[in-house]
Amino acid sequence: MKASFRQSMAWLHTWSGLIVGWVLFAIFVTGTASYYRPDISRWMRPEFTQVEPVDAAALGAAAERAVAHLGQHAAKARTWFIGLPQADKPVLDLFWRTRPGEPPGHVLLDPRTGAEAAVRDTQGGDFLYRFHFELHMPPLWGRWVVGLCAMIMLVALISGIVTHKRIFADFFTFRRDKAPRRSWLDAHNVTGVLALPFHLMITYTGIVTLATFYMPWGVTAAYKGNAQAFFSEASWITTPRPPANRPAALAPVGPMVERARAARPEPLERLMIVNPGDANATVVAVFEEPHGLSHEHPQIAFDGVSGEILEVRDGGLKPAAKTFTVMTGLHEGHFAGPLLRLLFFLCGLMGCAMVATGVVLWSLARLPKAGERPFLGLRLVQALNVGSIAGLPAAVAVYFLANRLLPLDLAGREQWEIRAFFGAWIVAALVPLARPQRRAWCEELAAVSVLCLAVVAADLLTIPDHPLRLGGGDPLFAWFDAAMLLLAALFALAARKMLRYEAPKRDRARGAKPAPVTAPAASPARPPARRPEPTHA
Amino acid sequence: MAAQGRTTVRERASVAGRVVLAAGGGYGVAALATALLSLTLPMARSEAVATATLLSFAVMAGIVVLVFSTRTLLRALLTVGGAALVLGALLWLAMGGSRP
Repeated sequence: MKASFRQSMAWLHTWSGLIVGWVLFAIFVTGTASYYRPDISRWMRPEFTQVEPVDAAALGAAAERAVAHLGQHAAKARTWFIGLPQADKPVLDLFWRTRPGEPPGHVLLDPRTGAEAAVRDTQGGDFLYRFHFELHMPPLWGRWVVGLCAMIMLVALISGIVTHKRIFADFFTFRRDKAPRRSWLDAHNVTGVLALPFHLMITYTGIVTLATFYMPWGVTAAYKGNAQAFFSEASWITTPRPPANRPAALAPVGPMVERARAARPEPLERLMIVNPGDANATVVAVFEEPHGLSHEHPQIAFDGVSGEILEVRDGGLKPAAKTFTVMTGLHEGHFAGPLLRLLFFLCGLMGCAMVATGVVLWSLARLPKAGERPFLGLRLVQALNVGSIAGLPAAVAVYFLANRLLPLDLAGREQWEIRAFFGAWIVAALVPLARPQRRAWCEELAAVSVLCLAVVAADLLTIPDHPLRLGGGDPLFAWFDAAMLLLAALFALAARKMLRYEAPKRDRARGAKPAPVTAPAASPARPPARRPEPTHA
Repeated sequence: MAAQGRTTVRERASVAGRVVLAAGGGYGVAALATALLSLTLPMARSEAVATATLLSFAVMAGIVVLVFSTRTLLRALLTVGGAALVLGALLWLAMGGSRP
């Protein structure tokens, strides 16, 4: 770059931000929603609120039922995963993979009978959670795309920091009455800078959660590519045992569950049965994380045939391995209580706003002068901005709506919910291409608002013991609907702003002398843009 | 910059070259550094791998910033290529040394 360091970084910030902006926005929105994944999942499976939680003493018997089901339906699988009933998810959650390439098996069972649980077929919050790092693509592809975006986000953050001359002043700068572009720039700066520690943390730790996937070369060099050996040496997992290739009956898991429960205070979260039916079968009992920043589940490994304890994994990580798990823990925020979780959520929203204002800024900085025709790229960016910033929330609202309105016995219901999500998103992304830019913003923001209201209405109508109908029931529904109402109000406000926004203001600002160059974050030494005003974006 | 009007083919090629160098070179140098540190850091094997892997993304981000801030593409290419060569040679030594 034939320019100063700051200028080249401003350039890098602009273009790296634009290229991945829309995907990043989707990652930020779904990631932010994932802070409430258990709540969303529970809201989407209202049947659970009517089921009595399973007594801890009955866990052993429930696990036996799970194993019986898996022995019948997944005898060839190499590993069985059994999610044990929890207070907020009172079912057995079975999952198994037979071999790579084949779709994994998944079923929810009633822990009291072992029959399939009577619950609507939905992915719940897990869909948003997985979308956050796999974008609903094949996992390998999705993770690489998200990793690439995260890396570019990291670069955009670094270059964004360099671009700022007076980062501290930008904490407190918001000129909403100035030229619109200046307000957008300030909004971008405020949301970016105020939550900057969060953005840096969330981006880097996000990459770290999949670090050995993105950067396996250390494991390749030091462990000849054997990641399992690395994980167990780092004390993250119990030592893996290869199959003996001799058949042997699996011992009853009930007593193992009892022993595991007696050994630790944390609730038992899931069982992992590796090589079932083999003489070297291993049953790993995984507990909930103890309180703390670090993402590490205590584990106890049992010999699957004799039922004896093989190994107990409980903390004691070395510094680097601990740093790893703390970073993962920070990203996932399991440690956060209600208030801290809300703060994480708000920081996530600020991240969404930072990305959104950033891509809008790009298009504002390139508005054609009077009499000029907008170039094709600008038109495309404008349409994509509407399609993602208003379109994705609309799609999420439609996803929630589909959960309430689709017939409960619809075959492949889970997939239909997801089709509704993508269908809504595609429509929301295509419509702005055909509409004038401002009207498209207005219409779609209003549509999101209406859809959020529709979610509340559908919730009230379809949940017989909704707390607002009876005064009893699970408060979760009231909280969820309140959040939806808040979002509806927010989007309605945004639509109103868009409608009432006075265009002449911009012309006035343009007619006046070029906006002051001394503004923070504007880069004074940049080559003149097409318009006379200094541009940051 | 699109807003800047005429962009010469040469400038476009330079930008494209930098993008390729930043992505490929950045990842390559980070990967080599990770492998090298994993073998050479004076700590337990798992700790060395964990440390090296944690640092690798900072290394990559640093290389990307370097590639886009260096004055000419050639100089950026030489810097990244040189770093990769040095790291590669050291890694080769480290791997040779680890095999009796």
